[in-house]
Amino acid sequence: MRFITRARAVGALGIVVSLVLMLAVNANLSTKLAEQRAAGSAKAPSSVWGYVSQLYIPEPKTPPGTPPVATIPLPTLGTVFFICVLLIAAGAFLIARNPERRGIGGYVSALIGFTFFVLLIWAVAGDRVDLADTLSRVVRVSTPLGLGALAGLVCERSGVVNIGIEGMMLTGACFGYIAALVVGNWFDAAGQAPVWFGVLIAVLTGGIMAALHALLSIRFKIDQIISGTVINIMAVGLTGYLRSNFIIKYDSPVKKPLNDLPIPGLSDIPLLGPVLFNHKPITYMMLLLVLIMHVLLFRTVWGLRTRAIGEHPKAADTVGIKVNRMRFWNVVIGGFLAGLAGAWFALEVTFRFDDLMTNGQGFIALAAMIFGKWTPLGAYGGALLFSSANALQLKVQNYDFALAPQFLQMLPYVVTIIVLAGVIGKARPPAAVGEPYDH
Amino acid sequence: MNNVIPALEVRDITKRFPGVLANDHISFTLLPGEIHAFLGENGAGKSTLMNILYGLYAPDEGQIFINGEAVTIRNPSDAIARGLGMVHQEYALVDTLTVTENIILGTELQKNLLIDRKRAHQEVERLSQEYGLIVPPDSLVGDLPVGVQQRVEILKALYRRVNMLILDEPTAVLTPQEADDLFRVMRELADQGKSIIFITHKLREVLAVADRITVLRRGKVVGSANPHESTERSLAAMMVGREVVLQVEKGPAHPGEVVLEVEGLAALDDRGVQVLNDVSLEVRAGEVLGIAGVQGNGQTELVQAITGLQPASHGKVRLKGQDITALEPRQITAKGVAYIPEDRKGTGLVLDYTIAENMVLSTYYKPPFTQGLTLKEEAISEHADELIETFDVRTPSQLTAAGSLSGGNQQKIIVAREFSRDNVLLIASQPTRGIDVGSIEFIHKSIIAQRDAGVAVLLVSAELDEVLSLADRVAVMYHGSIVATLPAAEATRERVGLLMAGVQQEETTNG
Amino acid sequence: MADPHDAKDHRDPDQHPQDVVEQPAAPSDPTVPATKGVLRSIRWGELLVPILAIFTAILVGAVIVFLSAPAEKGSRLHVTWEAFKGLFIGAFGNWAEPSTIPNALSGTLVESTPYILAGLAVALGFKAGLFNIGAEGQLLIGALTAVSIGVWLPGWIGVESLPAIIHLPLAVLGGFVGGGLWGAIPGYLRAKTGAHEVITTIMLNYIALRLIDYMIVSGPMKDPAGSAPRTPFVQGPAILPQFVGVVRDPSLTGGNTYQPLIATTSSTWDLRVHAGLLIALLAVVFVWWLLNRTPKGFEIKTVGANPQAARYAGMSIVSTTVLTMTLSGGLAGLAGAGQVLGLEHNMKSVFSGGLGFDSIAIALLAKSNPIAIIPAALFWGALRQGAGAMQIRSGISINLINIIQALVIIFVAADQIVRWIYRIRREQGGQMVFTRGWGK
Repeated sequence: MRFITRARAVGALGIVVSLVLMLAVNANLSTKLAEQRAAGSAKAPSSVWGYVSQLYIPEPKTPPGTPPVATIPLPTLGTVFFICVLLIAAGAFLIARNPERRGIGGYVSALIGFTFFVLLIWAVAGDRVDLADTLSRVVRVSTPLGLGALAGLVCERSGVVNIGIEGMMLTGACFGYIAALVVGNWFDAAGQAPVWFGVLIAVLTGGIMAALHALLSIRFKIDQIISGTVINIMAVGLTGYLRSNFIIKYDSPVKKPLNDLPIPGLSDIPLLGPVLFNHKPITYMMLLLVLIMHVLLFRTVWGLRTRAIGEHPKAADTVGIKVNRMRFWNVVIGGFLAGLAGAWFALEVTFRFDDLMTNGQGFIALAAMIFGKWTPLGAYGGALLFSSANALQLKVQNYDFALAPQFLQMLPYVVTIIVLAGVIGKARPPAAVGEPYDH
Repeated sequence: MNNVIPALEVRDITKRFPGVLANDHISFTLLPGEIHAFLGENGAGKSTLMNILYGLYAPDEGQIFINGEAVTIRNPSDAIARGLGMVHQEYALVDTLTVTENIILGTELQKNLLIDRKRAHQEVERLSQEYGLIVPPDSLVGDLPVGVQQRVEILKALYRRVNMLILDEPTAVLTPQEADDLFRVMRELADQGKSIIFITHKLREVLAVADRITVLRRGKVVGSANPHESTERSLAAMMVGREVVLQVEKGPAHPGEVVLEVEGLAALDDRGVQVLNDVSLEVRAGEVLGIAGVQGNGQTELVQAITGLQPASHGKVRLKGQDITALEPRQITAKGVAYIPEDRKGTGLVLDYTIAENMVLSTYYKPPFTQGLTLKEEAISEHADELIETFDVRTPSQLTAAGSLSGGNQQKIIVAREFSRDNVLLIASQPTRGIDVGSIEFIHKSIIAQRDAGVAVLLVSAELDEVLSLADRVAVMYHGSIVATLPAAEATRERVGLLMAGVQQEETTNG
Repeated sequence: MADPHDAKDHRDPDQHPQDVVEQPAAPSDPTVPATKGVLRSIRWGELLVPILAIFTAILVGAVIVFLSAPAEKGSRLHVTWEAFKGLFIGAFGNWAEPSTIPNALSGTLVESTPYILAGLAVALGFKAGLFNIGAEGQLLIGALTAVSIGVWLPGWIGVESLPAIIHLPLAVLGGFVGGGLWGAIPGYLRAKTGAHEVITTIMLNYIALRLIDYMIVSGPMKDPAGSAPRTPFVQGPAILPQFVGVVRDPSLTGGNTYQPLIATTSSTWDLRVHAGLLIALLAVVFVWWLLNRTPKGFEIKTVGANPQAARYAGMSIVSTTVLTMTLSGGLAGLAGAGQVLGLEHNMKSVFSGGLGFDSIAIALLAKSNPIAIIPAALFWGALRQGAGAMQIRSGISINLINIIQALVIIFVAADQIVRWIYRIRREQGGQMVFTRGWGK
């Protein structure tokens, strides 16, 4: 009955975004052309339509300069216009047909995905970009999001809201890093062993912080969102304190993060090899955990009981399931996962710890979880959506791009808001989430 | 009979809650293969007793014997392990799991670390055949009608091999026909040697199915009865402790002009499913139109669409000829619509607020309660004192939080608030659900008084008896539609019961 | 055949035991007055728990200091003593040297000023069942709009300068509007789409940070004359003046003259405390009045306590949610405006430093009571003000304050812990509404 509905709002947003993109790309390329002509550049094409963005797929593990396996040339403006026209048409369809539910989530995903793609080929107009590297980066950056989303999911499926994932990640990163430093120093070892020990400690630390959250929210029945906030504030204080009082003064022979771990054979496949099989250990763990968690949740006793206590704890209680005990351990397991995500920041990407280095990824992970409707595979889909924003933002910095980098850095956060606003209405959280159980 | 070891024996169970003696030295026995009914009005202590048996509460005193052996039941799993199962009034089923998953939950079979779905499925099929409880094993429970959900609950207990089953108000959400079907299953189970405790406050059902009757009042056993030697009247007297008037006193209605006119109304529920189809009805000034129907047949959506709480997808609602379909709840209220919502605690009141605040919940913004920019406490306070007096709300003070009052007094706050405005239409949804007899009588009288003062009354109740005793005309809802409208004289229990179950009879007159 | 006993036992088994037995015509407990009343009275017993919570948190903080005391500063006990002595001296002055007292106290008040406003912002959200974690972002945007108006408004309308009576209120209002809009976005999204404000406000915090970074570090608002990235100084008429202070040399402030209300030359009386404190106190009074004396406040509280009942009673959840978040954001924006107009007089890219999270602690500590925000914020301000001196005297990082803060929240929110430690009986009622879950 109402005129402005979710479908119409999303459709209108899509049309506006697409139009803005079209106009912006057109204007930007015209300016670029004028500049290049004025500078007498040989690269300048004859018209705006002459700009081509090349995506290429390199041969894995070959020295730079080796000819790529394949090159996909895309006329920049033509591609942008084509995609935008499609999005506009789909947006118009949403406005005209005004569906209740179906298609909105898909449209939001397509809108976001294609917008990223448009930004990418816009940035590389007249230049080329390594497709394998871009996609591999998407997977790499999705690691903390995927793990964080799983962490959130394990908690929420059992009925406990966990907005403390960010803090668990941060503490995990900090303690894992310290453990690696200290152990490296004790044994004067510079190899991988101390770093792996650090990973273990990160996981355990995440679990301990989670246990605190569980204690506060399950045993003491504090509002779960408050309790999660306590974890976050505590994490900032604790890690900041440790960093300034300890880490910056401490010297250790360990200086390097976890090594690359290309999978023999598989990593040589063009495109697929670098994207999926040439990563560091925690990224593999994340990919495996997503699959394992899906099976665990939907096929095992633990999963069935977890889903039951998050949906109708009373029903589970009456058949003898210890609701609060199970919630406690689920939250702790979530903490382990968040701690592993923390290790990724401090021990896999780099070997260092900075204040606030998790940068809101724990919260974005929750949005990914909601996007995926509380299923592991879906949540990972959400994680990929957000990580493409992040990867794109990092990638585009290498090119001379029209927008200031800060605006690109906003992208993951803006996307999070759009996804939540566009999708959550139809996502149904576990019924008992957020409610302490008391028999 | 004396040499049979009782399946269950309870001796001197006592349970106190702050300020209340919920169970006072209750003793009884349950024999194998027996259907033992517990009768009592709300607050008589039936549910407390059953929760003690099922391990949800610990008794303060007393002993429980199962098959002659003294036992302590600490939690539901203890109870189940000792062969005692319970079907709660609110089903303990997980909507998002399948029937099979719900049944096996807690006692799952495993194979290679995964749930052995195949065997679980077979087991459920077998049980369902054996007891004639037909369920679709792979459907999500949330998609099933309540009657089928109840079967899932019973199967759940049988899957755990219980030999005693407590059924707590099992017929509350069933049509009379579905209830009869349940009684057949109960009899079947009893014949196979299972013992059943049947809790209810419906006299008719007790007489229909029980082998033995125990009556509770104010936490005490006040008597036992044999169904063959009892009548509804004698049981009612025992249950309430005095002779009760079984009929609401009311004179004939004098219907006036049409006040509420609903035409082709349709609405969707929060999942987007159409739950109200093409409903049309009229209510005249000075009459009570009662809507009968099993809960969940669109009554909630009908009322919400009329009161503006939920948008209608099609159709029109007119109040005294004026279209109010798209209006906001506040505008509708301002046109003289009073509304007693079905969910007293969740919707009708803010439990943390004082009685005084609750009494101005919908009028706080108008003079005399608000003048200029500020609320006037004196006016709010005077208003509250006046209503507490008029509507006999039993409370220590108007500053008492509504949440700390009894259900009957809470309902009186709502009634007082809604009746204190000048109304042309009263919509009363489940107005006496879960409250004591005294308050029920008071509220019934108040509703009739409103009718006699010329207000049009739309009464929605899942209690068929309430509809039959108050309404001047009865409309029956089934699957989101009104299947018939009958004058009170033609609305017999049997006829309305069949209509509630979706059975269309010969000709139904349109009143 | 009518049956008068059709009352159904619709009790679900996990209800509170008091509800189990509904005694006909007998009020269940005559001794329980409602806490949230038309007539509201302070119950002094309630103060005990927050005070003990603070005490316990500080005690745990002391243990942490003791355990992690840097060796070069002396014995552990000594360091711990010095740390807390430093904390006190920093916040309240060295009472052996009375000349340090005005400055320290003024510093505490300066630190407390934004806390009052931001704490009030979070508390107001709590009242409507909304958890505004975005005070930080709203504060940044408020500061940004206030500083823009303070610096450039006369230029935009083509005059040299405006009188203070016009310029200052407009700059302050700008802060309110900027923060308010930043708060209205998540409010609107929450009300219309169900996107939970906890996540959207955090995302808006990050967006605000990037926006500030762009504007001030590389963008249009950077002062070319400044060495560090910052905006130009606000014009003299747009500042929130110090109450008592020394008139600075205009060359230090971009050529603007900042006139305190009472000018002095004594450095003892050169106090940073500024008129923003008055705005904060007025805001407290306003919020108290709004919540307890107006129909709008009644709506806000009802939506927070029971949204379904609010809707049934004809209140608009959407407009109440948006209004609450706008006011909440506006209050946070005022906090930002106060910082730039009263204290910094320009805006730097690194600006607020966790004020947003601190404000949650303050709102919890005050149990969302607007009046109680003042002492809670003063306590926090004192901690922050004292932290610097603590670090200097004992070498303990000021991050210790964050830990104490988290502990205070734990102990306040989980008052069972404190009650258990000190064996205090629970009083009836008084459970506050914080937030609504994802789907509700």
